Amino acid sequence: MKDTLSAIHSLMHTINRPVRLMEVCGTHTVAIFRHGIRGLLPDGITLLSGPGCPVCVTSAGDIDAVIALAEKPDVIVTTFGDMMRVPGKTRSLSGARADGADIRIVYSPLDALKLAAENPSRMVVFFGTGFETTSPSVAATVGEAVRNGVENFLVYSVHKLVPPAMAALLSSGEVQVDGFILPGHVSAIIGSAPYEFLARDFGKASVITGFEAHDILEGIRMILAQIASGKPAVKIGYTRVVRPEGNPKAVAVLNEYFEPEEAWWRGIGPIPGSGLKLRAKYEKFDASARLGLAPVRFEEPSACRCGDVLRGMKIPGECPLFGKSCTPEHPVGPCMVSSEGSCAAYFKYSV
Amino acid sequence: MCLAVPSRIVELDGMKAVVDVRGARREVSLLILPEEVSLGDYVIVHAGFAINTVNRDDALEALRFFDKVLQSGGEGVFL
Repeated sequence: MKDTLSAIHSLMHTINRPVRLMEVCGTHTVAIFRHGIRGLLPDGITLLSGPGCPVCVTSAGDIDAVIALAEKPDVIVTTFGDMMRVPGKTRSLSGARADGADIRIVYSPLDALKLAAENPSRMVVFFGTGFETTSPSVAATVGEAVRNGVENFLVYSVHKLVPPAMAALLSSGEVQVDGFILPGHVSAIIGSAPYEFLARDFGKASVITGFEAHDILEGIRMILAQIASGKPAVKIGYTRVVRPEGNPKAVAVLNEYFEPEEAWWRGIGPIPGSGLKLRAKYEKFDASARLGLAPVRFEEPSACRCGDVLRGMKIPGECPLFGKSCTPEHPVGPCMVSSEGSCAAYFKYSV
Repeated sequence: MCLAVPSRIVELDGMKAVVDVRGARREVSLLILPEEVSLGDYVIVHAGFAINTVNRDDALEALRFFDKVLQSGGEGVFL
């Protein structure tokens, strides 16, 4: 690690200007704090969090829609545990459960399918959240529902795609970064090719990075080397887990059941082609289509700066609510809810 | 959400396996794993699915990071 750090210092000397890097993935945001990475880096490097916390970018309208489903007497909603406390317009899933809605936490989408098989008289809706790391598993679960003839298993998909969101952020011109620390486990699925536009179209450096301290430092060193040489190109630092081609089987399963659509990102708004919906062939598993429910879109509380934080335009401390009316105990915005949200991570490690 | 746990395969049954992580056993699906696996192999598990294989040394190293996460009271990271 010492060699990597001295290489980082020497590269910064060569670059001779401040460098801004965005870690796209919420797991990296937490790992960077946990390892104390900022304290090891030269002053000229700024690390910014990006939009890669699935809990944070799930819109309040979608939370409300899922609550409305859970309040139907013949519906059981299943979700990953970390969605429970995310505020909708008036309530979270946790609050709705306290009010009597049947909402259950599952570890795997297959647990939701099993629940559906055990409760044939009720509809079991799985709240499909997460990026490319998670969505192939949900696709495979729909495949199992088809194979086993389970007709009462439905998915409310708010799955999101990382590369289209990055493209949208860069195209907007609002995000000023020199390079990207790319997600490790999203990339284990999609490989490196979907990120090639970063260098080709935007001239940005990028490295797929693991989660250990030495992984992150090595990722930063590799990004700086690209910046110093003026030759940006997507590289893989996390070779233990990520292959250039990713996991082709997972991608094939994903593409069999889902297709891209516009997705609504909390605090950011709609991004074309950045979400996933079930293909028409599998519409009977689509909770929105089958139960006739559409999310209501509305603006976030005006003072909450979560959207700016997710776009790397503000750090959490620049939000007027941070640490005052918004804390992990009483979160106002989603960046404070998830343990991987930037605001929660800043609060836990800096306050 | 996107932290995935390296796990050792201790039982195999078609597209299902039982994995061991630090003594805890759990059933995982092999439906989206791109290659065949054998008993004793390590896989990366996310939300009940093995998403990739990983060699033994790398898995053990990743587990050390995972232990640190647990010690510091990480929540929700299993997803």
